[in-house]
Amino acid sequence: MNDPDRRDPEAFLRQAAQEGRGRLKIFLGAAPGVGKTYEMLTDGMQRRRAGIDVVVGVVETHGRKETEALVQGHEVIPRQHVDHQGHRLGEMDIDAILARRPQLALVDELAHSNAPGSRHPKRYQDVEELLDAGIDVYSTVNIQHIESLNDVVASFTRVRVRETVPDSILEMAEIEMVDIPPDELIERLKEGKVYIPQEATRALGHFFSKSNLTALREMALRRAAQAVDAQMLDYVRAHALAGSFAAGERILVAISELPSAPGLVRAAKRLADALKAPWSAVHIETQRSLTLSEAERAQLADTMALASRLGATTATIAAPSVIDGLRHYVADARATQIVIGKSARSWWFELRHGSVVDALVRGIGDVAVHVLPGDDTARARPATSGRNARQWGKPADYLWSTLMIAAMTALGRLLVETIDLGNIALLYLVPVMFAAASFGLRAGLFAGLLSSLAYNFFFLPPTGTLTVNNPENVVSILVLLGVAIVTSQFAARVRAQADLAQSSARQNAALAGFSRQITASASREELMHAICAEVSRLLSVRTVLLLPSPDGPQLRAAVPPEDRLEQIEKAAAQWAMDNEQPAGRGSSTLTASDWLFHPLRTTRGVLGVLGLAREDAGQPLRSDQIPLLMSLLDQASIAFDRMALEEEMLDARQIFERDRLRSALLSSVGHDLRTPLTTILSATHELKRQCPSDLLDTVDAEARRLNRFVANLLDMARVEAGALPLKVEPTDLFDAVAGAVQDTRQSLLGHKVDVDISPDIPLVRVDPTLLHHCLINLLDNAGRYADPGTPVLIRGRRLPDAIALSVLDEGPGIPPGAEARIFDTFTRLEGSDRVKHGTGLGLAIVKGFAEAMGLRVAAASRTDPVGACFTITIPQSCILSDLPREDLL
Amino acid sequence: MKTRHKVLIVDDEPHIRKLIHAALTRADYATVEAGTAREALALLKSERPDISLLDLGLPDRDGLELVPLFKRDSDTTLIIVSARDATDQKVAALDLGADDYLTKPFDTDELLARVRVALRNRMAKDGGAATVRAGDVEIDLLARTVTKVGHEVHLTPKEYAVLAQLAKFPGRVITHAQIMAHVWPNEHEHHVEYLRVLVRTLRQKLEDDPQRPQIIGNELGIGYRLRCITDADGEGRA
Repeated sequence: MNDPDRRDPEAFLRQAAQEGRGRLKIFLGAAPGVGKTYEMLTDGMQRRRAGIDVVVGVVETHGRKETEALVQGHEVIPRQHVDHQGHRLGEMDIDAILARRPQLALVDELAHSNAPGSRHPKRYQDVEELLDAGIDVYSTVNIQHIESLNDVVASFTRVRVRETVPDSILEMAEIEMVDIPPDELIERLKEGKVYIPQEATRALGHFFSKSNLTALREMALRRAAQAVDAQMLDYVRAHALAGSFAAGERILVAISELPSAPGLVRAAKRLADALKAPWSAVHIETQRSLTLSEAERAQLADTMALASRLGATTATIAAPSVIDGLRHYVADARATQIVIGKSARSWWFELRHGSVVDALVRGIGDVAVHVLPGDDTARARPATSGRNARQWGKPADYLWSTLMIAAMTALGRLLVETIDLGNIALLYLVPVMFAAASFGLRAGLFAGLLSSLAYNFFFLPPTGTLTVNNPENVVSILVLLGVAIVTSQFAARVRAQADLAQSSARQNAALAGFSRQITASASREELMHAICAEVSRLLSVRTVLLLPSPDGPQLRAAVPPEDRLEQIEKAAAQWAMDNEQPAGRGSSTLTASDWLFHPLRTTRGVLGVLGLAREDAGQPLRSDQIPLLMSLLDQASIAFDRMALEEEMLDARQIFERDRLRSALLSSVGHDLRTPLTTILSATHELKRQCPSDLLDTVDAEARRLNRFVANLLDMARVEAGALPLKVEPTDLFDAVAGAVQDTRQSLLGHKVDVDISPDIPLVRVDPTLLHHCLINLLDNAGRYADPGTPVLIRGRRLPDAIALSVLDEGPGIPPGAEARIFDTFTRLEGSDRVKHGTGLGLAIVKGFAEAMGLRVAAASRTDPVGACFTITIPQSCILSDLPREDLL
Repeated sequence: MKTRHKVLIVDDEPHIRKLIHAALTRADYATVEAGTAREALALLKSERPDISLLDLGLPDRDGLELVPLFKRDSDTTLIIVSARDATDQKVAALDLGADDYLTKPFDTDELLARVRVALRNRMAKDGGAATVRAGDVEIDLLARTVTKVGHEVHLTPKEYAVLAQLAKFPGRVITHAQIMAHVWPNEHEHHVEYLRVLVRTLRQKLEDDPQRPQIIGNELGIGYRLRCITDADGEGRA
């Protein structure tokens, strides 16, 4: 089964590059403590016993007894000491290892960063040098050190490691997964069996949670499987092994022209879904494909289209026989399971052509073959008169054959005196071979028969009769007939292959030209016109393109120009749109129409229909044009999809542009209003300092109010623009409250502000600036509604699964039923005896900011004493768990 | 004869410059003014100001680019003046070497207090005060002891490290990153939550009312500031 032609040269090069280089084996773990080092040392010990020269390059035992015992059994290369900032750091002595030249070196912690001043900044670079020198290396690494996974790991563990190993190192290594269940690891951790570096202890509580460990483990397993799969693929490619090496299942369904084929396709789809495997559908084109009837071709095209819609990759490949074709395709696609149909053919057919199923099962080896029964009732194959006509050939063929035989006879008569009689027979080979090769089997046989008759009549004694005296001459006649048969068979086969190749080349050229034309279109209108023009040109038909509209299908493009369609055509077009099936002439629906309508299917559903008609009102399409039309429609659909996508992107860009303008406008207005205000505020303050006056106090107070108003307008605009940029960081609520109280001391001048927050309240993860604005607005609100002299209380409480931060005042409270409405923009509560200053934006901003951070706000009245209570609830997900105390000492 | 300290005012708004000039003149400082980055850099060389007040929103150059230039070309003490919501910009400027910041709109008293703190820290850099007082707390940076109303307060090494970092520049804002770089010098990744917890325990040991901290002030989204004695004097307005 080693077919040298099928080796993949690139895979071979990759393998060759590995030759002479040391091999790397990596012990991959999900987390510290799974036992990678132990596993590596044990493995190394086995190699040592097997006579391999093993040294320990560097191993971190972390004082573990078992590990130390294992190291004792090895030869250890002493470390090189590097002095760095007063510390003495022991690094792997790469020169000593290179000089010692072992066969295998054990190097722990592949991701380690070397001390400054070492030869390479990273240990994996040391390892690469060892490998280059032809030394095999065993090493260990944890999954979070893999470069491409670093971000993902950091995102859920919230611990980012600086020391990473490039993925390319893993790709060239053999990977051994060292795996223990998370529960066991947590147990080992509790027993103190896991060494955690000093600087990592504070991350410990979070990192070693069961959910994290499970996720890490899954990532490690997946990465290991991925590496194995990739290496396996390389191996197969390099060695051209036609065995079963696929690490995942891959399904292949073989499609024929039979009506049962769609059933096979669906069965394969179900199988693929069940196995979560990729699948492909293939049709093997042999010379028999040329003899298919129109209906059969259409059936085949439909089946291929079905497979493609169901998500298969489809292919049509030409091959001498179905079995050959399938065998090659199975190996190329690395299919593990094949679905084929058992066709109910006659025993005679099977005898001549062999059963595909039997041959396949024998020829493919260890690939599972699913044979599904064919559908007998659907197999009523129409008589194919076209095929017969072709086999019998044209009368002119026979005339030419006869003329050539006559010419040979005349030539023979001229030569009969000078050459041997047997050689004269050879002359007749020329017309026989020519007829067989050019006109087919029957014309060849005709020529063979006529030649033998002519030879017999004109040359064989007794000449002038058809009797044969010498039995030797019978042989000559038989040879002529035999040559006719054999030659015509070979010629027919060659001609069939050439026809196939030529027709697919034509088709490919047409498709390529088509896609060039339609991708050049810049607008939807242009695209529709290009599709009509190209289809019209390629298939020599009139074309129209209709799109759906509320008043039925609407004509959008036509080549040659067409402005209206008959009612029956519109009905057919509508039906084709609604049912996603062809309709009109040449289909099975509304055949009275002169036009044939094919739906244009895109990923967003049916986009429109393409109509085709012939000038002479004949059948719009020949059957052999159907596959080409299907391909053209596919291309057109893709072009429409692409255009829709471009339009969406354009829309998104316009929205983006509008948002950008709006925020630019806002920030410039904000800036223009606030710059003078800033000057006024500061100047007033300075004036008050130099000559105090009541009027100046008024100016100051009003300027401050205006400043808050502008700030609120800007904040509200940010909330309404959506997507507030958050800068979430661990925040101490004591700081948040103290800052807000400090900044609102002007508006709460007459109030006594009390702060009552549980001393053990945990830190929270919020945007401190947004929270600050929430609190300021709540305090402002309290100062505005509660009478001067009443106290305002800020209370923080730990609830079972949240923190409640409340601002309580002794104002009028909130009218019943207004608790939710109060947070709406520009709501100001009626019923109060005097007009309160304010913009009505404050509470809306509180709500907008709080919700942007994932917090909730609620308003309520309280009774003892009467007043309002506004509460910001911080959910558990925003609360930081307690930090390990030892790290704070 | 007393020499007056010189302050460079860099702002593209002439009214703001005039205002700052008025306030500084009242407090007996000499001023020079620049409206563009180019003028500012020229004056920095020719006038050698003790203190520079820099607005980051200049017409001819990004203010953040100027910060390292100011620090490289002179030994001026650099105070950033910028708008309320430009927190990221302030942190960036401070981490680039700016010494302090002031948010617009500002009280002129606050401005003068910042300038005073800056001047005191300049002198301390030359002479160096070993003891720093904040409220009734005294921090002895040489003996590494902290007392409150004369009684020694026991701090953990990390707590002391945080406090010492603030006390080295009393009255000046120190960013989270700057503190953490000293408290956890060996770590690449810093986590603000640890700093927050340390500050909370520090306040419990040092503040009269930890709910209303008077000694270690929080600067929203930026860092912490030790409110030292002279600073508190300056702020004795509210």
